[in-house]
Amino acid sequence: MAVVDQSKIRNFCIVAHIDHGKSTLADRIIEKTGLLTSREMQAQVLDNMELERERGITIKAQTVRIVYQAKDGQEYIFNLIDTPGHVDFNYEVSRSLAACDGAILVVDAAQGIEAQTLANVYLALDHDLDVFPVINKIDLPSAEPDRVKNQIEDVIGIEAQDAPMISAKNGIGIEEVLEAIVEKIPAPTGNADNPLQALIFDSVYDSYKGVIVFCRIMEGRISKGTSVKMMATGATAEVVEVGYFGAGQFIPCEELSAGMVGYFTASIKNVKDTAVGDTVTDLKNPCAEPLPGYKKVNSMVYCGMYPADGAKYPDLRDALEKLQLNDASLNYEPETSIALGFGFRCGFLGLLHLEIIQERLEREYNLDLVTTAPGVIYRVHKTNGEMIELTNPSNLPDPSEIDYMEEPIVSAEIMVTTEFIGPIMQLCQERRGRYISTEYIEATRALLKYELPLNEIIYDFFDALKSRSRGYASFDYEMKGYEESKLVKLDILINKEEVDALSFIVHADSAYERGRRMCEKLKDEIPRHLFEIPIQAAVGGKVIARETVRAMRKDVLAKCYGGDITRKKKLLEKQKEGKKRMRQVGNVEIPQSAFMSVLKLDEN
Amino acid sequence: MRELSLYVHIPFCVQKCRYCDFLSYQASVQEKEEYVKLLMQEIVLQAPLYRQHQVISVFFGGGTPSVLDGEIIEKILCKLKETFVFESNPEITIEVNPGTITEEKLKIFFAAGVNRLSIGLQSANDEELRCLGRIHDYKTFLETYEWARKAGFQNINIDLMSAIPGQSEQSYRETLMKVLALQPEHISAYSLILEEGTWFYDHQKELVFPTEEEDRAFYELTGQMLSDKGYHRYEISNYAKEGYECLHNKVYWKRGDYLGLGLGAASMVEEVRWNNKRTMEEYKEAVQNNKILQRTDLGENIEYLTQEEQMEEFMFLGLRLTEGVRKSDFKQKFGIPMETVYGEVLEKMQQEGLLVVEESVYLTAYGMDVSNYVMAQFLLN
Repeated sequence: MAVVDQSKIRNFCIVAHIDHGKSTLADRIIEKTGLLTSREMQAQVLDNMELERERGITIKAQTVRIVYQAKDGQEYIFNLIDTPGHVDFNYEVSRSLAACDGAILVVDAAQGIEAQTLANVYLALDHDLDVFPVINKIDLPSAEPDRVKNQIEDVIGIEAQDAPMISAKNGIGIEEVLEAIVEKIPAPTGNADNPLQALIFDSVYDSYKGVIVFCRIMEGRISKGTSVKMMATGATAEVVEVGYFGAGQFIPCEELSAGMVGYFTASIKNVKDTAVGDTVTDLKNPCAEPLPGYKKVNSMVYCGMYPADGAKYPDLRDALEKLQLNDASLNYEPETSIALGFGFRCGFLGLLHLEIIQERLEREYNLDLVTTAPGVIYRVHKTNGEMIELTNPSNLPDPSEIDYMEEPIVSAEIMVTTEFIGPIMQLCQERRGRYISTEYIEATRALLKYELPLNEIIYDFFDALKSRSRGYASFDYEMKGYEESKLVKLDILINKEEVDALSFIVHADSAYERGRRMCEKLKDEIPRHLFEIPIQAAVGGKVIARETVRAMRKDVLAKCYGGDITRKKKLLEKQKEGKKRMRQVGNVEIPQSAFMSVLKLDEN
Repeated sequence: MRELSLYVHIPFCVQKCRYCDFLSYQASVQEKEEYVKLLMQEIVLQAPLYRQHQVISVFFGGGTPSVLDGEIIEKILCKLKETFVFESNPEITIEVNPGTITEEKLKIFFAAGVNRLSIGLQSANDEELRCLGRIHDYKTFLETYEWARKAGFQNINIDLMSAIPGQSEQSYRETLMKVLALQPEHISAYSLILEEGTWFYDHQKELVFPTEEEDRAFYELTGQMLSDKGYHRYEISNYAKEGYECLHNKVYWKRGDYLGLGLGAASMVEEVRWNNKRTMEEYKEAVQNNKILQRTDLGENIEYLTQEEQMEEFMFLGLRLTEGVRKSDFKQKFGIPMETVYGEVLEKMQQEGLLVVEESVYLTAYGMDVSNYVMAQFLLN
C-alpha cells in the first residue's frame, strides 16, 4: 500500500436503533464505492455470520476499508467500523466507537428516535465523535422526515436540517451520504513517529494465523517484525502480518501508521490475550500510557449447559473451547447436576449473547443441549463475614448461614409513546422497578427512567415490553451496582424429588406467583407416565404451589393396515427416540424443554 | 409347504373419509379397468415365485374393494386360484362399504368363493357418519347386512369407530347395542386417531373431539358389552365369537408370510419386508417392464430383517394378540431364551403391571390400554 495521506482517511461508524437500516446503509456505501459489484453483494455484507443475517442484528463488529472518489477529485480511504447493535454488547460498542473519529446517525423517518438510538448517540458523543444524522426510509408512506429532523435537533441537539434524506434499501441519496462523510467527519490525527499506541476493538481467531487483532493505530506505526505488547494483559508477540479489511477478506500490507485502521497477526493463540479495549504498543519503544477506557468485561448472566446425550460432554467442552477462541466474553466452567449429569456453568454478557451461543452450539457443532434457567450473579453475605458470588442456585448456602443477599441492579431507559406510559410503568412496578423520572421528548413521546433488578429483565422483560406497548417501546440499560434484596431459592420437586437444575433464585414477594406458573408450565411439559406425578414448588422446604400430571391411561395404536408393519415400527421408534431425549429424575422422564420453561412464564 | 397369505389392494373409494390416510382415491371407470389389468399382470408375474407356498387366506382391502364390479373380483380370485397353490378351505375376505354394494354383487362375491365379509359401518349414528365423511347412513348399512346374510355369508365382521367428534357415550352405547343385536361373528373396534394428511388433521381446531375420559369410557364400554355378548377379545382392537377369529389378521401378528398385490401393498416373506410402488405410474412401470426374478423386484423399501429386528417384531407384533407370545417359540426361532434378550424389560413391565410373564408373555388389561408404551420397550436400540 502506498503511503496514505492522513488527511484523506475517514474512520467512522454507523449508529442506529435496531431495524433502522444500519447494515443496509453499510451495504450501499460499500456498493457505491465500487469495491463490490451489485451481484457480489450478498445482502448485508457486513453481517457475515449466518446467525446474524437471520436475526438481522450485528453480533461481532465488522470492519471494511473502501476507496471513494469524491466530487473534489480526491481519493479518500473510508474505514467503516460496524458496531454491534445490542445492549448486551455495549462495551464492544464503546470500543468500536473509540476507534472512530465520527459517526453517522441513522434514524428511521417513520419511527423516529428510540431509546437505543439515544444510548448509542450519547455513547458516540461521549467519545467526542462528530455525529451527523441521516434520515432513512424516506420512501415509506409513513415517513415524517421533518418531524424526525426536529426531533433530532430537540432531543439530541445536533444540527439535522441538512441531513441527507435517503432510502438505503432502494439506494436513494447514498452519494450525498458519501460526500457528507468526506466533509463532516474529521480526518484522524496522530503522529506516525511517536511510539506505537493502538486500540484493540475486536479480534477473531483463525486456525492458521492465530488471533487476528483488529485495531486502530492512534500513534506510531506497526509492521511485520514489530515486537508488540498488550498493555493490560501483558501479552507480548512478534507481528507476522499487518493489513487492512477488504469486504469479507483480509488484505496484507507493509505497514499501518497513525490514523489507520487495520489488523495484525502475531501467532497469538488465545483471544483472552487480546482483550477488546486493550492498548497495543511497541515492546522496545513503548508509549507512556495506555489509551483510556479499558475494562475487563464481566459475565452478567449465567446458566447451566448440558449435553442432551451425556456421552457428548467432551464434544460440548471442545465446542465451548472453540467458541471462546473468538469470544472472550464467554466464560464456562464444569459443573455437575444430579438431574442433568456433567455440564458447564456458562457466563454471558446478556440473554441475547446466551441465546446466540446456544444456537451456535446447536447449529455449528450439532449439539443437542439442555439449558437451565438463566440467572444473574448474586452476592451472598454469610454470617461469618464471607461473601460469595453465586452463579448457580444449587450452591446457595443453608439459610442459617446467610446474613443477607444482594442482587445486581440496572439503570434502564425506556422510550415509549405517551399512550403506553401507563402499561409500561405498571410492568416496571411488577418487575420491582424503582421509578426515577419521566422526560417528555416531544408531545407524544417520553423517556422513562427506572432502576430494575437485572434478574427481572433477563427473562421475558423485553417481550413483555413489546407486547404491552404494541411494539412501540424501546429499551436500554446499564449496570448500576448491587443492592440488598429479600431473595429466596425456589425449588421444584417432581414426584417428591427435588430437581436441582430447575431451582432458581427469586424475590420473596414473587416466589408464589413464579412457583405457581412454573408448576403449570411443567405440567404441560412433562409427558404422562404410568403413575401420577405431583409437581411442587417449594421455598425452604415449604410447598407453595402444586400441580399434577395425571397418569397415562391409554396409548394404543389404531389400525395397522394391510400388514404395513414398517409404519408401526417407525411410530414405536419415534416414541422410544423421544424417551432418549428425556432426562430421568427418579422414575420420571423429563423432556429437555422443561428445563427452559422458566423462561416461558410470560404473562397471558 | 410354507403357508402364505395374500393381500390384494384396491385403492379406490367413492370419496375419501375424513379420518383416512390410507392409499386410496376416487377414480374413473377407465382407471379402475386399467388398474385391474395391471393387478392381473402382477399376479401372473408373482405366482411362479411362490411354488413352495400354499395360500391359506386372501384379503381384499382398500380403499373400498366393493367399488369394483362383482365379476371383476371374481376374475381376480379366479386368476389367483389359477396361478397360486391354495389349500382346501382358505379364508377369503373382502371389505365392503355400504353404499357401494348391491344384493347381486354380494351373491357374485359369495359364489366366487369369498367366505368372509368385513363391513365398514363405523357408527350407527347418521350424524356421526356424516361427520366422518362416510357416504352411507345406518339404514344403508342394515340393507347391506341383510343382503349379505341372504347371499349366504356366515362370517361377517363389522368395523366400528369410537372417539368420533361429537360422539357421546350414549350414542356409542347405542351403536354397540344395534350392532350386537345383529350378531355378527366378528367386530373390529378402533378409536379414531388423528393422522397427518387427513381432513380431520387439517381441521382439528374446528372439531370437538371426545375428551380423554370419554374416549376411555368408550373403550371400556366396548370391552364390557362385547364380552357380555360372548365375543372374546383376541387382539387389541378385535373381538370374535368362538372360532371366528380372523386368520388373515393373525398372520400379520404372528409374522407368517404374506404377499401384498397391487398398488403400495406391503409384503413380508421369509423375513424380508417390502412394499409395492406407491404411485400408479411407478407401479405400472414396474409391472409392465419387469421380468420378475426375485420376489422383491417390483417393490421398494426392501428390508432384510436382521435377527434383532426379527426379535423386536416377534415381541411387539405378538403382543397385540391377547394370547401373547410363547417363550418356547422364541427359543425355537432364535436359538436363545427370551430372558437373555429381554429379561430386564420383561421384569420391568411385569413390575409395572403391564405384562404377565409365564411360559406365555401377554399384556394385562392395563398393558393393552398403554400397549404402545409397552411395545416400544421391546425395540433394541
